[in-house]
Amino acid sequence: MRELCREFFQRLAAVFRRRHLEDDLDAELRSHLEMAVEMNLGKGMTPEDARRKALRNFGGVDQIKESFRDQRGVPMIETFLQDVRFGLRMLRRSPGFSLLAILCLTLGIGSNAAVFSWIEGILLRPFPMVAGQDRMMAITGTDRGVAGAAGEATDMSWPDLIDLQKNCKMFDWFIVDRITGTTLSIGNRAEVATGSVVSSNYFDALGIRPFLGRGFEPEEDYGRNAHPVTVISYQMWKDRFHSDPGIVGKTQMMNGMPHTIVGVAPEGFQGTFVGWAMQFWVPVSMQEKFDSSQPGYKLEDRGAHWIEGFVRLKPEVSAQQAQQEISTIAKRLEADYPATNRGRGVKLFRLWETPFNNAGTLLPTLGIAVAVVVFVLLIVCANVSNLLLVRALGRQHEMAVRLAVGAGRGRLVRQLVTEGLILATLATAGGLLVAHWCRNLLVLLLNRSPLMILPGEIDWRVVALTAGSCLVATLLFAIVPAMLASKIDLVSALKTEAAGSVGGVRKANVRSSLVLVQVALSFVLVVATGLLLRSLLLMRDTNPGFSTKEILVTGIDFTGAGYDKQRTRNFEDQLIDRLQAVPGVVSAVFARKIPFTYRAYSSAPIAVDGYIPAPDELPTVDYNEVGPAYFATMGIPLVSGREFTSDDNETALPVAIVNKTMAARYWRGQNPIGSRLQVNGRWLHVVGIAETAKYRSLREAPLPFFYVPMRQSAMGMGLTIRTSLDHETMSKALVREVHALDANLALGELIPMQEEINLSTGTQRAAVLMLAAFGSVAVFLAAIGLYGVMSYVVSQRTREVGLRMALGATPSDLLRLVMSHGLALTAGGVILGTAVALSSTRLLGYLLYRLSPRDPLAFGAAFVVMIVVGLAASFLPAWRAVRTDPVSALRS
Amino acid sequence: MPSSKAEVLQGTLDLLVLRTLDAMGPMHGFGIALRIQQISEDLLQLNQGTLYPALLRLQQRGWVASKWGVSENNRKAKFYSLTRAGRKQLEEEVESWGRMSAAINRVLRTS
Repeated sequence: MRELCREFFQRLAAVFRRRHLEDDLDAELRSHLEMAVEMNLGKGMTPEDARRKALRNFGGVDQIKESFRDQRGVPMIETFLQDVRFGLRMLRRSPGFSLLAILCLTLGIGSNAAVFSWIEGILLRPFPMVAGQDRMMAITGTDRGVAGAAGEATDMSWPDLIDLQKNCKMFDWFIVDRITGTTLSIGNRAEVATGSVVSSNYFDALGIRPFLGRGFEPEEDYGRNAHPVTVISYQMWKDRFHSDPGIVGKTQMMNGMPHTIVGVAPEGFQGTFVGWAMQFWVPVSMQEKFDSSQPGYKLEDRGAHWIEGFVRLKPEVSAQQAQQEISTIAKRLEADYPATNRGRGVKLFRLWETPFNNAGTLLPTLGIAVAVVVFVLLIVCANVSNLLLVRALGRQHEMAVRLAVGAGRGRLVRQLVTEGLILATLATAGGLLVAHWCRNLLVLLLNRSPLMILPGEIDWRVVALTAGSCLVATLLFAIVPAMLASKIDLVSALKTEAAGSVGGVRKANVRSSLVLVQVALSFVLVVATGLLLRSLLLMRDTNPGFSTKEILVTGIDFTGAGYDKQRTRNFEDQLIDRLQAVPGVVSAVFARKIPFTYRAYSSAPIAVDGYIPAPDELPTVDYNEVGPAYFATMGIPLVSGREFTSDDNETALPVAIVNKTMAARYWRGQNPIGSRLQVNGRWLHVVGIAETAKYRSLREAPLPFFYVPMRQSAMGMGLTIRTSLDHETMSKALVREVHALDANLALGELIPMQEEINLSTGTQRAAVLMLAAFGSVAVFLAAIGLYGVMSYVVSQRTREVGLRMALGATPSDLLRLVMSHGLALTAGGVILGTAVALSSTRLLGYLLYRLSPRDPLAFGAAFVVMIVVGLAASFLPAWRAVRTDPVSALRS
Repeated sequence: MPSSKAEVLQGTLDLLVLRTLDAMGPMHGFGIALRIQQISEDLLQLNQGTLYPALLRLQQRGWVASKWGVSENNRKAKFYSLTRAGRKQLEEEVESWGRMSAAINRVLRTS
């Protein structure tokens, strides 16, 4: 066995040293013959006899050489190389064809490579430098208490996480990774930075060794704000601290507290949040300082839910086993701590389903992207196949000659497929380049902040997959034309110089079916584009329940700047007064959260006078803390009762306004105004009912929701301004007013509310753009294919056309004749496409909004598009048929 | 007594070459061909050329090594020699040849 391996490698090596080995062989054989001749001469033969005898004893020199060569190299590879050389020559001879085919294939293979790289870089292995991502899963809590939101992901509490960690055997580790932010004032520049609250094992678990200093120590998981330390990212170290080599040990103000910088993460490590690069990390003991939404020390509070994180399974543990173990422990916790854990579970998610970062939101879009690029590749293959068939006509004579001099049919097929492979290989190289250029395209498609990072990753897996799609594509587009091209009736092919008469019918049929496939596939893409576009428009038309015109929103980071509650309130009051004095400003109000922004709403278990929850129900409702005149500013109509005023302050009676959905669910038709609602152990008096609005996304079902006056709870940082001023003027006025009060505050960008809503439909938008782009390319390719086939049909039927004209057919008859042929092809494709579309548009699932996957309007529009394209593509060939000169057509 | 020359059996040429190199030390192709013919007393018919693909195969498997040198008549020639692996292979082949021919003989005698 070892000898055979050795032999193979020797042979392989020989393929590349052919010239040298050939000379060697010549020299050796020559020396053999010379020695033989010499010996024979010595025996007294004449030189002539001596030579003849030597040669006779030797056997046929050329046969020996040939069998020597077979033994020396790898015949298959050598033939292949020979085919490649010949193929390259042939492709160079028709550069127009080659370029067109390569461009088409580059489009097909490149779009596949780009989507593969996105999936690799965003869904499968999203975290650069992190080891063992295959076994990593996201972990969050679930809450079944709220009816209608069954299994919805929520956060976990620290004591629960610690108990899971202690009791689970199937995991390498659990880490906490909760996104947060701060304002960094370095020099005279205040900027918002994004970071993470992480458990102390974070860096060790992920296998990240700090570039400078250290990671976190176990004791930094404990104590209330006891360990003000931070690890900063390499980028931040470089940009903000000018690559200061002595950075470790220095302090930086973060959220009003000096933090010691203990380490710098290595270059390239961006944390573990899909979509954003983290700039700093702090240990969980600092959680309170970095959580502006829910004040309080939460490391000992099982009811405080704030944790998102990751786990890594031990090798050989399946996701199912892991979930089982974790659910068992969660059940036990539920039994042990019913007051806080009733109805709560813990759920593991694959990285690409992670609910708390951008992976989960992008999954459906990327799923559709895969389907789309596979379609595009198929369409491109059909197109190139068609091109190859056309070219085969031109090469019929060549094929015939090669067959005549003894090439086997298999040999010809191999030659043609090799040529296809050359095209596909060049296209693959181009495609990978395209994928490389497109690696950051997704953020643009999503219309998200340009600071967001969703990079494609081209690693060996992506390259391998792309190479695989190259091979599959080659088989798809090259085999059939090769088979047909090599099937030639030798005698007639050699006799007639004119190409195209032999096997023409079959080729025309194959080409027609290729066009049929192209039309069908592009029809499906057009239908999908239509469906998604309709969804997007429907979504944009959805009433969010508040006004979107003349409303601008922004955020001010008080926590990050170290403001306490009192200082924040004073600032907010002053700023609102100042803003309302600006001419053109109708009103302005602070709230804890602006609808549709990333931050989470406050959420709390509630109790309602007279409402008895089911045994396993822990009613939990989201709420927002809002300032006076919030409803007027936002334009949320009140059904009854009153709005919050500045009198609803710390000393007044605690009040709340509930939305209609909540009133219906928990008061069951009774009027809630005047009754009580308990939140976090405090009784609030309901003073008003508001219309149900949209809170997180346009597509959400009506949610129970309530509002409390900001004065009576947490601080707010979301500023809403209703104004008739344009965006730019208002931005300037706002910056002026804020900085007049405090120049050290970092102000977020002022964004029109409509834009904020549009951001939330980014995934839909991306899907629509992608489908529209690829759909039009597909339709274009199909049109070219149809045009090609129709032109061919017309050229084949010149005589017939001439005859018909001679017999009195009018131009419009001929036009109809040819056009109806083209339309028949298109219609066939559309019927096929309809069948495919009807059974597959369900896959759009989540991205469809209030729309049947069989929406007749989308199908109808696609139908019209394809028919128009079909007519356009067959018109030119038909016109050419009409212009035929009957005399010359009949004579030819 | 065979009346005509026997063709060299498929697969036995390797054995003959290895044995020749074992007995004579490094030799060139022509020398090996002459030697096989002499020893077999011209009973074996050998197309001398077929030696070369065989020599290449033995080389590829690591049983013989080759080197350009100068022949006794001062002519440039490629010399082949047995490697250690080749010697081992020869022992194995000799043995299996013995077993095989004994078996064949037995079959021929009994039937």
